[in-house]
Amino acid sequence: MLKRRIAALVVLLLGAAVGWYVYSSQMSGSRPFKLGLDLSGGTQLVYRADLSAIVGADVAESMSSLRDTIERRVNLFGVSEPIVQTQHAGTLAGQPEERLIVELPGVTDTQRAIELIGETPVLEFRLLKGDSPNVEISSSTVNTLFEPAAITGKDLKSAQLQFNQSIGGVPNEPVVVLNFNSEGARIFADLTKNNVNRYFGIFLDGVPISIPVIREAIPDGTAVISGGFLADEAKELARNLNFGALPVPIELISTQTVSATLGDEAVQRGIMAGLWGVIAVAVFMIAWYRLPGFLATLALALYCLVVLALFQLIPVTLTAAGIAAFILSIGMAVDANILIFERTREELAGGKTAAEAIKEGFHRAWPSIRDSNISSMITAVILFWFGTSLIKGFALVFGLGVLVSMLTAITVSRTFLLALGIDAKGGFSRFLFGSGTHT
Amino acid sequence: MFIVKNRNIFFTITALITLIALVSLFVFGLKPSLEFTGGTLVQVSYPTERPAPVVVAEALDAAGFEGYSLREANERDYILRAANLTEIQRASIAELLSGGDRYRGEITQLTEVGPTIGKELRNKAIISLVLVLICILLFIAFAFRHVSKPISSWIYGLIALITLLHDVIVPVGFFAFLGYLHGAQIDTLFVTAILTVLGFSIHDTIVVFDRVRENLRINHERNRKEDFAETAGRSLGQTFVRSINTSLTVLITLLILYFIGPASTRDFALTLLVGITAGTYSSIFLATPLLVAVERYVGKRK
Repeated sequence: MLKRRIAALVVLLLGAAVGWYVYSSQMSGSRPFKLGLDLSGGTQLVYRADLSAIVGADVAESMSSLRDTIERRVNLFGVSEPIVQTQHAGTLAGQPEERLIVELPGVTDTQRAIELIGETPVLEFRLLKGDSPNVEISSSTVNTLFEPAAITGKDLKSAQLQFNQSIGGVPNEPVVVLNFNSEGARIFADLTKNNVNRYFGIFLDGVPISIPVIREAIPDGTAVISGGFLADEAKELARNLNFGALPVPIELISTQTVSATLGDEAVQRGIMAGLWGVIAVAVFMIAWYRLPGFLATLALALYCLVVLALFQLIPVTLTAAGIAAFILSIGMAVDANILIFERTREELAGGKTAAEAIKEGFHRAWPSIRDSNISSMITAVILFWFGTSLIKGFALVFGLGVLVSMLTAITVSRTFLLALGIDAKGGFSRFLFGSGTHT
Repeated sequence: MFIVKNRNIFFTITALITLIALVSLFVFGLKPSLEFTGGTLVQVSYPTERPAPVVVAEALDAAGFEGYSLREANERDYILRAANLTEIQRASIAELLSGGDRYRGEITQLTEVGPTIGKELRNKAIISLVLVLICILLFIAFAFRHVSKPISSWIYGLIALITLLHDVIVPVGFFAFLGYLHGAQIDTLFVTAILTVLGFSIHDTIVVFDRVRENLRINHERNRKEDFAETAGRSLGQTFVRSINTSLTVLITLLILYFIGPASTRDFALTLLVGITAGTYSSIFLATPLLVAVERYVGKRK
């Protein structure tokens, strides 16, 4: 008996500790709740990457370099905690697509966000298929006239402004010198060696900037763009390339912006709904199941605290749908308790003592609890797979809720019930364990 | 048990409800949201008063917007739905909707979905719905694999599936009506609500069937002969209160979510309310009576 009481005390203390942890890490900001864009306010942009110029195996590498570039760019503009990720959209989209998802918390001006990313130039290199450059190069003929070169913008290390002193061109013409990284230098050396006398086109955002002839192999990994720039233009180009030239072109296919006020309101309403949800369920449970109902309420409170702590620890990005799932889970968390208590009540009615009835109640209710929770988990897993970030938030919270509630509803309420050690067959304990339909 | 005995009455009621839902679905139809079709949604809030719809519409027409819909929302908001924006339109939209210095409207929400994403989401929604149904069917067949007398385990699964169909048709039909009433559109949240209803409703059905299973086993162990209808009715009676109570606690939280929760999950809460009510109803008034009816039918044929 003493052991059971100590166990119950430990559970209570643990609960208090978890509660304190949740509170203090939110207040001190060490591990606050992570809010999705729909709650914090911000902008999400989804781009489709045009990989038609990239050959098979390089796709993954190009995408990760694309991500790095955009990330650098976004960080440069001082957006706090941006998320830039790549996504492979499978056959469900009709055709495979590589996407880039950019989330910018706090940026609520969609146009500015688009510009912020759109200013990043796309640098491409192509070899002319024929002998001499056609005068008429338009965006529609680029692909037929040129073939992609093995080197891409992702191999670029840095770009700098220089003034051309030498032969041919205008004296003191501003040029941009590209320095490739070690791998780029190797590729570029091979490329120039194998294609001497061919035309090498340097394209920026699909526009040919300069189309020099490869005179000889260039082993040192530098290339010069001399496109008749003004000094300022060349300077800006070099700067943009340094901040990041995109390895592949991207196209905006989806945007979502939510203002901070709308998000704040959703959070406030979510918190209120959660609080009232717990209170209402607690009132119902205590009114109907009396003493066990009260213990189930304790278990429910512990459930909420554990789930909230998990939100902070994992961390789970909370969306409005996630909050809805949490509130829904408050109603469902007591499900196992209701099953157990109804069963216990039946056993009591069958003439068992309270302690026996409790034991039997837990034991008999278990298969039902297990089976029904499995079906909820199935839904959660499929939803998680199905999900946009909004739905994923729902599925994760829902799934977590099902698992944690199984734990708290069963172990915690059993610990409390047994710790009370009610073994009397008397009328009062029967009243305490009775329920609304029986007195 | 009253419900099992009078099952034909409840079959009729259930059939009627389902029929009404189906009629509503076919008459009003479902309106897919831009998440599935692609397009643009813009919400503008005006701090003091909103301009007349005509004023906003004129500005939009002048900027070359076509086939858009402009609706009043909240007290001082507009919601604009349009096709995908061109770059120029996107750049000017904030200015266009602000209503100038007099109204100072600000965009509180802007969502644009490209057509490929819409198609992908649509396909994913359908596949996940089918997947959930299949998984649940397999799961039930598995859970009831040991029960084969007097009816085999796959019939439990099939009946559970029929009740699930009912639980989906009712909220879908209701939502079609809601769409007719105030233009509610089905989005990924709606699909989520439906899938959640499926998971929850099967929950209830499993508990009842589980009790039938247990009582059959006890009867078998004690060599007690009992009419199947009797066993099923007794099982239903034993789980009745539990079914209603677990649904009640969920319905309580959903009502709270509907009334004081975030605006963006209001339709979601309503769909769940209807779906879970339907699920609770069907697990009590449809699943077990159907089980008995099938047993009677199989018994007669033998």
